[in-house]
Amino acid sequence: MPHTLSSRRTTRRLAADAGLLVVAAAFVLPLAWVVLSSLDPHAGLRVKTPDGLTLTNFDAILTPEITFTPLLNSLLLCGGATLLTVVCAALAAYPLSRFRSRFNRPFLLTILFATSLPITAIMVPVYALFVQVDLIDTMQGTIFFFAASQLPFAIWLMKNFMDGVPKELEEAAWTDGASPLQSLLRIVLPLMGPGVAVVTVFSFVMMWGNFFVPFMLLLTPDQMPASVSINDFFGNRGMVAYGQLAAFSIIYSTPVILLYVLISRRLGGGFALGGAVKG
Amino acid sequence: MTTTAPHPQPTKSLRDTRPARGPRGPLRVLPLTPAIVLLLLFLAGPIAYCVYIAFTDLQLTGQAQETFVGLDNFTRAFGDEAFLNAVWLTLVFTVLSSLIGQNTLGLALAALMQRASKPVRTLTGGIVVTAWVLPEVVAGFLLYAFFRREGTLNAILDWLHLPSQNWLFTLPILAVSFANVWRGTAFSMLVYSAALNEIPQEITEAAEVDGAGGWRRLWHITLPMIRRSIGTNLMLNTLQTLSVFGLIWVMTRGGPGGKSQTLPLFMYEQAFQNSLIGYGTAVALLLLLVGSLFSLVYLRLLRTEV
Repeated sequence: MPHTLSSRRTTRRLAADAGLLVVAAAFVLPLAWVVLSSLDPHAGLRVKTPDGLTLTNFDAILTPEITFTPLLNSLLLCGGATLLTVVCAALAAYPLSRFRSRFNRPFLLTILFATSLPITAIMVPVYALFVQVDLIDTMQGTIFFFAASQLPFAIWLMKNFMDGVPKELEEAAWTDGASPLQSLLRIVLPLMGPGVAVVTVFSFVMMWGNFFVPFMLLLTPDQMPASVSINDFFGNRGMVAYGQLAAFSIIYSTPVILLYVLISRRLGGGFALGGAVKG
Repeated sequence: MTTTAPHPQPTKSLRDTRPARGPRGPLRVLPLTPAIVLLLLFLAGPIAYCVYIAFTDLQLTGQAQETFVGLDNFTRAFGDEAFLNAVWLTLVFTVLSSLIGQNTLGLALAALMQRASKPVRTLTGGIVVTAWVLPEVVAGFLLYAFFRREGTLNAILDWLHLPSQNWLFTLPILAVSFANVWRGTAFSMLVYSAALNEIPQEITEAAEVDGAGGWRRLWHITLPMIRRSIGTNLMLNTLQTLSVFGLIWVMTRGGPGGKSQTLPLFMYEQAFQNSLIGYGTAVALLLLLVGSLFSLVYLRLLRTEV
């Protein structure tokens, strides 16, 4: 009896392993293409063993014009917007988490509602509006919009993390005459460090990968972030240099993958999206 | 702080009557202001503006002032074959890639992971999540390469002696739907893994002892127990999929001949290639309304949590 049970378990585990490996193989093909092609002097569109390993693709694209300026733009754009988002979200989450008020519930429901609005839909009116108020093609306009679009989710996440910090410590600080801002900065935020890190990394990753917002709101080529400038590999020259495109894709994707690994390790893999979506 | 001595006993009654809960009144909501200002100016503002210009004939060029045209943009949309085509394709794209693809595959992966060995679980999870973390445009290029005539998919089909074809030309909506499954499944997988981990093992084991087979256990025990996760996941997947732009733009530009032109791409084309901002915005407003409806359902699903 115990033997058959354990052998059934083994069969089942092997079947599950086989199923997962099939899916993994299907999923890995496009990823394999980008890695192999970036090292292939004669990269084409299909997955194949490179004709000799080379770094010429990386060499060719590591110029200010192709790589460094767009990445710097991405960094300014996403860094600025993330900073704005996190500061505003931390401030906003504080009263929502700490004080009872009859406005809390409607406010949080509005925030949650806004979290799931399709932001893509409003890009055309945002463009029209930005033309009217002269914010079109400006870094600051794009940063403000980015921050606003990410803010509902950031507030929601931040509030959930903040709820996890016990209130007693703060009450002690208040009795000693600390202002709420002091207790937020000195007590609450340090205690919810991982939570702040998650909000920061998540906001940054979302914006880093976003194509449509800068595509619509920025016009000058010099200001384009990597998500938009990657398009230049097509069109300009008749032939697409797929090896270079692959190399650029890798350089552009690496920061977000590293950030993700960093944060998911620290939080045990769940990425703490759970707070927002767990049903 | 040096004068604690005059209060020999920090009386409890004193602490209870004093506002030991921080400031009162308007000061309390002060920290909310930066967020509210930002949200009003850059989110609520554009949405209100969206509602306004959807009823005008605002154009990009050649017109000094927009005029109010009432429901013209909307009647025009519903008589426009290209718009109806976009609605249909959005529906196909959402059902195929989100409701069926991401959701079912995500659940299957999560269920298999419960039983698989650790290295296989880690490997598969890592690959699927990488596809999800990649920037939208990069994902678009990877799948563009995969589906192109000279790409990897046809190479595999050739190798298996199966007929190959130019996927991005013959079945573009299918190709972009698969791309969206590739990119978006990780989210469902994470949500369902979390949900499945919360089911107490005793329950499934008891059912197993009582002789319930795999499918019956899935149908009568697992699915009912994670139904709230299913609801929220479906809702979020759908909303996410409704607003996909970059992925399709990179792979097909909505073509050929509008065969993969979902609503966001249709909106963009009307507003910028045809310079009809008013019309494009009317389409945007419809998309926003559909999104809001889903959003409201989502709120109801989460009702008890706030």
